[in-house]
Amino acid sequence: MKKTTKNIIYIALLLLIFALSYVVDIIAPYSMLVTVLRKGAVYALVAVSMNLLNGFTGLFSLGQAGFMLLGAYTYAIFTIPTAVRESVYYYYEGGIINFQMNMILAMLLAGVVAAIFAYLIGLPVLKLKSDYLAIATLGFAEIVRALAQWDGFGKITNGSNLLKKFPVLDNTTQYFLIVAICIAVIAMLIHSTYGRAFKAIRDDEIAAQAMGINLARHEQLSFVISAFFAGIGGALLAIFQTTVQANAFKSAMTYEILLIVVIGGIGSITGSILGSFLFIACSEWWLRFLDEPMFIGTFQVPLLRTGFRMVVFSVIIMIVVLFFRRGIMGDKEFSLDRIAKLFRKKAKGDKK
Amino acid sequence: MRNVLSLKDVTMQFGGVVAVNNLSMDVNEGEIVSLIGPNGAGKTTVFNVITGVYEATNGRILFNEEVMLENYPKGKMKKLYKGENAGVYKKSVVKLPDKITKMGIARTFQNIRLFKSMTVFENVLVAMHLRRKSNVFTATFKLNMKEEKAMREKALELLCEVGLEDVKDELATSLPYGKQRRLEIARALATQPTLLLLDEPAAGMNPQETDELTAFIKHIRDKFNLTVLLIEHHMNLVMDISDRIYVIDFGKLISSGTPEVVQADQRVIDAYLGVTEDE
Ligand SMILES: Nc1ncnc2c1ncn2[C@@H]1O[C@H](COP(=O)(O)OP(=O)(O)O)[C@@H](O)[C@H]1O
Ligand SMILES: [Mg+2]
Repeated sequence: MKKTTKNIIYIALLLLIFALSYVVDIIAPYSMLVTVLRKGAVYALVAVSMNLLNGFTGLFSLGQAGFMLLGAYTYAIFTIPTAVRESVYYYYEGGIINFQMNMILAMLLAGVVAAIFAYLIGLPVLKLKSDYLAIATLGFAEIVRALAQWDGFGKITNGSNLLKKFPVLDNTTQYFLIVAICIAVIAMLIHSTYGRAFKAIRDDEIAAQAMGINLARHEQLSFVISAFFAGIGGALLAIFQTTVQANAFKSAMTYEILLIVVIGGIGSITGSILGSFLFIACSEWWLRFLDEPMFIGTFQVPLLRTGFRMVVFSVIIMIVVLFFRRGIMGDKEFSLDRIAKLFRKKAKGDKK
Repeated sequence: MRNVLSLKDVTMQFGGVVAVNNLSMDVNEGEIVSLIGPNGAGKTTVFNVITGVYEATNGRILFNEEVMLENYPKGKMKKLYKGENAGVYKKSVVKLPDKITKMGIARTFQNIRLFKSMTVFENVLVAMHLRRKSNVFTATFKLNMKEEKAMREKALELLCEVGLEDVKDELATSLPYGKQRRLEIARALATQPTLLLLDEPAAGMNPQETDELTAFIKHIRDKFNLTVLLIEHHMNLVMDISDRIYVIDFGKLISSGTPEVVQADQRVIDAYLGVTEDE
């Protein structure tokens, strides 16, 4: 296939996806499909940001939920309209912030705040031994979750109360657009000379260093950028949920995202995107019935009850980790060439 | 002759094992110098100390007459230290491997360490990252197209130089050993070194390939104005190519000089040359 034809097909595909996101709001508003598309897009961004670090740089971090929390809170705190602050910060006399930021700027700030925290964690951890990053980030996520609910910060975070009434996006296309831009930036980074350096570190730290790549600096860079986009993802999650509460950002959220990355393929951006929609569709929609008691006549189907979904999930995780370690995409990307090859192979096989 | 690399009383001790023992050696500009010795003599460890992979326990290393490393036994090593010249060196100057590469020392690895997820071309390309002028922002948003293009051209040039341009899009680790070793050399050259360290570049090569390699090393030395320090077991190659040779055994220097001198040295024959000829 010629390069221009391929590019035209890619652009057409992209336009099709956006057209679909537009149409779905019109023909099926408030449907499960809309929920899946919106939440799936948000998780896709967070999964790709995690993949940048865990998949492309080979660092193992478990702080995603923490960075998302920072992003979600930053966005919510700075965008709640001044007129309703009194009612949101009811227990804290309207809080201490009395201005409202532009939505897009607040989203960027959400990323920046998460990035600053990542920088501060990375400074000691990545200088010493990057092996401790998982523990450090896990601990960090728990600490920010506790601090966000602490009464002492109530005038800013609203303590353990909900943050709400901040502006949200009103159509699916907007979610897709923001997520697409962010993922495109990450993809461009990965394809740049810095992305190559990240992959070199992942493949072989000693050889990467021998090639003159400063490990600590590049690991730090990847970590900070990953956190930046997790922060934006957190802001988008807040927007999706319309309310924010620190308790939702448990480590289970990080594990969900990790699972998406593994299902999609460690080191594959398109894999993370596919994995995300698949995962969200299963957890929000297709597997929902597992959590609800079901009766056939008077016979109650055993096992089906609240929490059973998580059991099934855990089993799926185990199966994936044991037998499909490379996930849907492995470390390859979705491409027309690959699909064409697949078909050609099939055609050849059929002829024989 | 200008001195490029100088090791002074370098000792590398791992726990109780002295892998390099009070080694001093010099490499001058434009020379090809070989480091030989039986297996386990400590040759690779010398490379690892020069390139900063290991922090030498004691001694000093100068690169272009500048102190690149200086160390003395510290902490637990104070008691454990079995080497010589304790107390001579009092400063601790340590550089990380990437800094040393940036200063102009590049190396290949005895146990080939190519980037396994990357193609042949990308393996060379990534080695050019350290001389970049772009930052993460300009690189991501493709504002460094000129530099990127120059990098790609240079990488291709180097691949042509080592004769791997026809396999440039193949996975590096899918190549046969001989080609992987040549790729390691291309990758090392891409960092723009002035001193090149080659760790058993002819390992696994047949006599004809070894002869080609001999000519090739001389060729790149001239073309890129390099100084070369070489670890090798193929005696034909070593004797043919070397201006001078250092021989170590159990981490200690047992002989040094021109190929003729070393070849005639009884200590070398006893410790090493006699053995290899039996093999
Ligand atoms: N990281 C290390 N820890 C402990 N011992 C080591 C380490 N690296 C090398 N050695 C020891 O140093 C000695 C010399 O090894 P090496 O330098 O690889 O030899 P050569 O390259 O001459 O065959 C060996 O006895 C080896 O076990
Ligand atoms: Mg060796």
